[in-house]
Amino acid sequence: MSLSERGSLLPLVATVSAGGALGALSRHALDVLWPPAASGVSWTILAVNVTGSLLIGLLMELVVHRWPGNRLVRPFWGVGFLGGYTTFSAYATDVVTTLERGAPQVALVYLLLTLAGALTAAWAASSLAHRFLTHGGGRNP
Amino acid sequence: MSALMVVLGAAVGAPVRFLVDLELKRRFGEGFPWGTLAVNVVGSLALGSLLALPLSPELSALLGVGLCGALTTYSTFAYETVQLSRTGSRGRALVNVLAHLCLGVGSAWVGLTVAGALLG
Repeated sequence: MSLSERGSLLPLVATVSAGGALGALSRHALDVLWPPAASGVSWTILAVNVTGSLLIGLLMELVVHRWPGNRLVRPFWGVGFLGGYTTFSAYATDVVTTLERGAPQVALVYLLLTLAGALTAAWAASSLAHRFLTHGGGRNP
Repeated sequence: MSALMVVLGAAVGAPVRFLVDLELKRRFGEGFPWGTLAVNVVGSLALGSLLALPLSPELSALLGVGLCGALTTYSTFAYETVQLSRTGSRGRALVNVLAHLCLGVGSAWVGLTVAGALLG
């Protein structure tokens, strides 16, 4: 990577960093408000991951159809905030510790419910947002 | 105090994820979301290992909730999977999900088990 490339990358890195810090702080605040259940899995993290996936579906359509000129919206809110708000590592370790605690059904429900919820949320939010933002209804080619 | 630690850890974790993603896209193209898979697997391995260590609440907030939490992401994983499936790469979307489940959860297990065994 050349020096000039590094120079142009620095504002983006700082933007992602600020958004990520704010997103992780929001996740932490929700986790403190609603701590993990006795079973070991955190339904708060499930809700965080599903709502974050919904918001990224909405955001990506807004970035394309409403704010195409704004170069910092996606780094701050998408890569930064929503990337830091949602998390995969706590999901993966929660599944493992719940399995090891002898609650395989809970682990499996948590594993699949997060996955299905996040995929459905990202898909539905971006489809609906696309429809509203392009006025027409239906997906443009 | 723990909130500040989360902020500091995430301020590093999120841009590392961004840079890893950029670099892997540059090397391997955008046909498959290698960057997100890489940070999610590495972050799950790291968090698994951290959980086996006797960390103070501050260090756990800094490295676990902040750094590993923001290094990894679920929203981008979900969105990239949906986009793969939309653009006609249903097979790749399925591979992405299976790789995340097997390698991500597997690496968390490896981290917990290996770090736990090393500590006796």
